[in-house]
Amino acid sequence: MEYIDYYKVLGLDKNASAEDIRKAYRKLARKLHPDLNPNDKEAHKKFQQVNEANEVLSDPEKRKKYDQYGKDWQHADQFEKMRQQQGRHQSTNRGETFSGDFGGDDFSDFFSSLFGGGGGSRARSRESKFRGQDFQAELYLSLRDAYTTHQKTITINGKNIRLTIPAGVENGQKIKLKGQGGAGVNGGPNGDLYITFQINDDAHFKRAGNDLYSTAEIDLYTAVLGGEATVDTFNGKVKLKLAPGTQNGTKVRLKGKGFPVYKQEGQFGDLYITYQVKIPVHLSEKEKQLFTELSKLK
Amino acid sequence: MQEENLIPANEFCLHHNIEVSFINSLQDYGLIEFTIIDDNPFIAASQLTELEKLLRLRYDLDINLEGIDVIIDLLKRLESMQEEMAILKNRLRLYETNE
Repeated sequence: MEYIDYYKVLGLDKNASAEDIRKAYRKLARKLHPDLNPNDKEAHKKFQQVNEANEVLSDPEKRKKYDQYGKDWQHADQFEKMRQQQGRHQSTNRGETFSGDFGGDDFSDFFSSLFGGGGGSRARSRESKFRGQDFQAELYLSLRDAYTTHQKTITINGKNIRLTIPAGVENGQKIKLKGQGGAGVNGGPNGDLYITFQINDDAHFKRAGNDLYSTAEIDLYTAVLGGEATVDTFNGKVKLKLAPGTQNGTKVRLKGKGFPVYKQEGQFGDLYITYQVKIPVHLSEKEKQLFTELSKLK
Repeated sequence: MQEENLIPANEFCLHHNIEVSFINSLQDYGLIEFTIIDDNPFIAASQLTELEKLLRLRYDLDINLEGIDVIIDLLKRLESMQEEMAILKNRLRLYETNE
């Protein structure tokens, strides 16, 4: 567990006054607040650190404990025991912190080991009484996974959630699962779960929207004389007819053989195949002779 | 819209300990919409997340209504640019090798 220098987080030194802490906190919180930095994980992380630093430094008792034991947090429990034996009560004034949920664990392990639990009272009462937290999660899929509608069970905060992933989801697309976030308080509604899909590249197919792109190798003789080529698609192999004189780089469109259109059953994009003509190498003497004869015909 | 998806505006204000005039102003600025039933304003549950964000901007960050209005507009533009960037990144992958 890493020691966190809360003063450094707020850009202050150890002699900072309560007013200095308040000012530094408000300035940084305005800059890093997740509402003002959507989809910026780095800002969210920094905001949590700033919130945590303020939680400790704005509370005189916590600040004292942090100043005394911060670097040596393992002794915090001992300190706590002594403190309880002396019959003192911990202050319930947690100072000013910003509310709202920005994605799960808000406090570091360091904070929890030093002060116990999370900063449960961070949210103002107006916030915590109404609606549960929204959760954010990422789900990695292969392109093939995204091709078909399928069910998946994911575990979020120890809870198994079964969800149906519709065919055609895009890389980076976010879906909301209503009510699957944190539990509401005092009868308030549950928060929502937001899942962002991350779709890995495929070795054979590239995707652009609902269209797929792929290459197919054809031998020189088929390209020159015409014939057939078998190409892979996501739902099996397809035989294609090639006209005589097919050029290298020729692109053909296979209508409806692309990616399924999201939530529009039965609709598909197109598959574009680019032919790559394979020039024969390691020719036998006979082949060389025949190619030479051919070249002389021109 | 189903009635169970609507929250009385005054109940929302009571829970969040805010003045009704504040959410009235949000409506005036076009930042939220009320549903009026029997002359009473209701808030659609689908607007709660957005409304709570507006409350945080106002009460946590001390931003006035004009500022909130500007921020929401800029955030919309930012999010639409982020979406566009994601689409362009996906397109760019078409021209990148798989190595």
